[in-house]
This record gives sequence, C-alpha cells and structure tokens, in this order.
Amino acid sequence: MTHRKKRAWIGVLFALPAILGLVILKIYPIIVSGFYSLTEYHITVSPEWVGIENYKNLFSDPLFIKSFSNTMYYLVLLVPLGLVVGICLALLLVKDIKGISFFRSMVYLPSIVPVYAFATVALWFFNPYFGLVNGLLARVGINGPLWVADESWVKFTLVLAAQWGAGPTALLFMASMKDIPRELYEAATLEGANAWQKFWRITFPFISPVTLYYLITSSIQALQFFDMPNIMTGGGPNNASLSLGMYIYRHAFRYTNMGYASAMSWIIFIIALILSFVLFRTSMKWVFYGE
Amino acid sequence: MKSKKKRFKISTVISLILLIIVTIIYMLPFFWMVSTSFKADYELYEYPTPLWPDKLMFENYKHAVTYFPFFKYFRNSIIITAGSVIGVLFSCPLAAYSFAQLKWKGRDIIFYSLIATMMLPNFVTLIPLFVIFSKLNLVNTFWPLIIPSFLGQPFFIFLLRQFFLSLPTSLFDAARIDGASEFQIYTKIALPLTKPALLVVGLFQFLASWNDYLGPLIYLTNENKYPLSLGLPQFLNQYGTHWNWMMAAATITVIPVLIFFILTQKQLIEGIKFSGSKG
Repeated sequence: MTHRKKRAWIGVLFALPAILGLVILKIYPIIVSGFYSLTEYHITVSPEWVGIENYKNLFSDPLFIKSFSNTMYYLVLLVPLGLVVGICLALLLVKDIKGISFFRSMVYLPSIVPVYAFATVALWFFNPYFGLVNGLLARVGINGPLWVADESWVKFTLVLAAQWGAGPTALLFMASMKDIPRELYEAATLEGANAWQKFWRITFPFISPVTLYYLITSSIQALQFFDMPNIMTGGGPNNASLSLGMYIYRHAFRYTNMGYASAMSWIIFIIALILSFVLFRTSMKWVFYGE
Repeated sequence: MKSKKKRFKISTVISLILLIIVTIIYMLPFFWMVSTSFKADYELYEYPTPLWPDKLMFENYKHAVTYFPFFKYFRNSIIITAGSVIGVLFSCPLAAYSFAQLKWKGRDIIFYSLIATMMLPNFVTLIPLFVIFSKLNLVNTFWPLIIPSFLGQPFFIFLLRQFFLSLPTSLFDAARIDGASEFQIYTKIALPLTKPALLVVGLFQFLASWNDYLGPLIYLTNENKYPLSLGLPQFLNQYGTHWNWMMAAATITVIPVLIFFILTQKQLIEGIKFSGSKG
C-alpha cells in the first residue's frame, strides 16, 4: 500500500515539468488573455477594465475587418489547396518505383528549409520583372502577373508559395495509404471500377482519419498565418495581405495595445474552437476508423 | 496477362514523368537561389532573365558574409536550438513515461488536457507569456525561447507516451521486484529502449527552434542576440536591391539545413510516418 502510494508520488514528480507547463504556459495565459481582452493595457501600467469595449471597437476598425477577411481568404484557400496538393503528391510518392525514396526526399526537403530563408527566395522567385517564374512565362509568350506587387494577386501568391511546404502532409497521407491492402484495388479492377471510383471507395476511407487531423491542424495554422506575409510583403500592398496574426503582432508589440490585441487573439481562438467542433461533429459522417 | 503487364508499365512511366515534373517544380526556387547567388550585378536586371550567370561571381559570397554576420547569427541559433532540444529531451520522456507506466490520481485528466492544448492557437497565449517574461526581465535574452521546452511539449509527450505504452508492463514490474527504484527503472530500462523515438523528438524540436521566426521576433530586439531567423530578413531590408548577395546569404543559411537533412532524412521521414500512424 505504502509502496503504491510512493509510486503515485513519483508519477506526479515525473510529470511535474509538464504539469507546470500546462498551468504556466497554457491555462494561466488563456485566462489572462481573456481578462486582458476586457481591459486597456499598455504593459507599463496595470490593466484598466473597459468591458467589451475592445470587441466593439474591432468591428469599426477598418484594418481589423480587412485583416479578418484576408485571414478568411487564407483559410479557405490554404486548407483545401494544401489538402489536394498533399493527397496528389502522396498518390505519386506511394508508388513502388525504383528510386522513389529520392523523389520523397526532394518533395520533403523544401519543407525543412527555414521559412525565413524560403520566404526571401520566394520573393525573388516571384519577382514580377526579374524573377524566374515570369522569366519562364515570358519565354513561352505569357505575360505573368505582378504576384506580390499586385493587390489582387498577393494573397494567392503567398498561398501558392506555401505549397512548397507540403512535404510532411504528403508523407503523412502516403504513410496511411501504405496500409491499404492491395487486394482491394485488384478486386475493384476486376469489377471494372475506374481510378476515380477506386479513390473514393477505397483510398479515401483509409486516409480519412489523417484527413481529419490535417483539416484541424492546418485550419488552426491558417488562422495564424504570419511568417510568410510578414517577411515577403509586410502586409502590403495596401494591406491586401495583412493577416490577423500580423495585426495582433502590430498592436501588441509595436503599439503595446495588449488589451486590444488580446481581443483579436480571442477572435482567432473562438473561430478555432468552432472549426474544430464542426469538424469533429461532421467527422462521424465521413471518417472511417478501421473495422 | 501480357496486356496487363504492359498497362502497368505505362502507368509507371506516367508516374515517373509526373514525379520528375514535381521534383523540378519543388527544386526550382532553390535553383534560382543558387543561380542568382553567382550572378553579376548587371545580370540581375536583364530582360529576359538569364537562367544561369555567364561567369560565377564567388565575390557575392564574400560580400554576403561581410555585410551579413552569418556566424554571429548562426551561433545564436545554435544556442537557442540546443537549449530547446535539451529541454524537450528532459521534460517530455519523463512526463510520457509517467502517463504511460505509472498510476496516479488525476493522471488521465492532465494528459487529455495537455492533448487538448495542441489545438490551442499560439496567438492566444503569446501576449500573457510575453508579459510574464518581461516582468521577469528576460526580454532580450534567449530564456523565453528555451524555458518553455523544459516544461513539456504536448505533441512530443503524446508521441513518446505511445512508445512507452507499447513496452510491456511486466518488464518494469520485474525490475521493481528486483528492488530497482522508479528512477533507475526510468533511466536504465525505459529511456534506452526509447532511443529511436527520442531521436525523432530531438530532430523535430531542432527544426522547430531553428525555423522559429515569431518567437525571436517578439523577444529579441538587440541585434547581437539575433538568430538567423531575424538576421536574414533584416539583410533583405537593408540590401534588398543586391539580390545576388541576398541569395548568397540565403544559400549559406540553407547549407547547414541541407547537411542536417542528408544526415537525418531517414529518421525524419520515418518519424513523420510514425506520428501519422499514431495520430
């Protein structure tokens, strides 16, 4: 009995760093940022209670509305495009071809190139006049767009550039495709199923748990899109690429408007909660866990 | 039978062509980076853009290193990254072992709370954490970027717990009967058995810290403390028209990552598959 009790204490002791982390790095900050969002707070003086004033002000702040709608654009473009790119790459990389591990490495490699290095390279790569993309397009007689210099193209350019980081997603999907028994495809072929039917009837059910995981994690990432726009455009031109994350950063760390910035971070939080809830709820209809 | 085999071959050829196209697309920005890094100034702004320089201008690299204190930034990146890797390798397996193999009250609630925080957007905790670290006078030091890793990282704890769960409890019970202390069991039996998983966790944390941009941006304002993640974009702002120097600096930044990748790609790719199959 005492031995078991002692072991229980050791269990707590072993987990202590993580328990402290849970409290100090997660639970306390969630509560406090909720509190800050209801105050005016400039870090040097203590927070002053203003109620829901910050939230009210948000909706009459044109830059908040702009960064919010930009972020929604990122969300609805980044997540599905990343899904399609990831699955298509996985379908190719799962093939049992000689030298396939070389191709896997090549697709994975750009994702571990630091985003700050890749962002500067991408900026030059997509340069409207002297970049490689428009240079190649010009050679085949196409007048390329202005990419990050054009208000109507900048968000799409950033989303496109982000696809060079699709490697890990592709490998995740690939790993789950490898578990699919070959006989299923052979049987489907005998019954005359085409590739499209095979994908939806056989492949998709097997990769649906990973799809759910991808949708949740990538949505949360898309809501916080920051590194690439901050390095490549700084939010421009004319705030067309300003994301919520960037606007939070600006208010919190340039203007020290901690209260106002916290209110914005709670907007992200609430959207993330709603999205996760909806995805989990609907997942019962389309996610298949092994029988 | 014959026609089936032939069709199989055609589909392989199509796949191979697609794979080559994909690889070219994925390598193209890096080709452009290297090509530009060797270009003379006048070649930067020629139209149509030359794909490869007439003469390799190695001087660009000299300029890049002169104006871009690579080694200082590199050293700072190393310190932050090493600290964080040590941190997660200390805190995560300890917690994971406890969650998997030791029984205590409230264990599962805490574990599932940790898992739930994986879905918490970083921006929610960013401001309160900054306030804490600035009250502790730790802004402009590396500590805010290192300390959190000593307090566990939910995703790694989750991965390692899966690993510890796969070890038979009888193994540990036998050691207990032999009179080994819990700490001995952990260091002598559990940890050595998890080496492959620890390696993956270390590699993932290495990449996360090395690639972190927002953390240093918030906590480090003194240029002497800049890691590569702040140094390179700053170079872009100062010498933005010298794209050849810029790309030389980017190439120098990518080379260590490339070496890291060549040395560890097997473990990295296996690690991703592992995290996927358990996720």
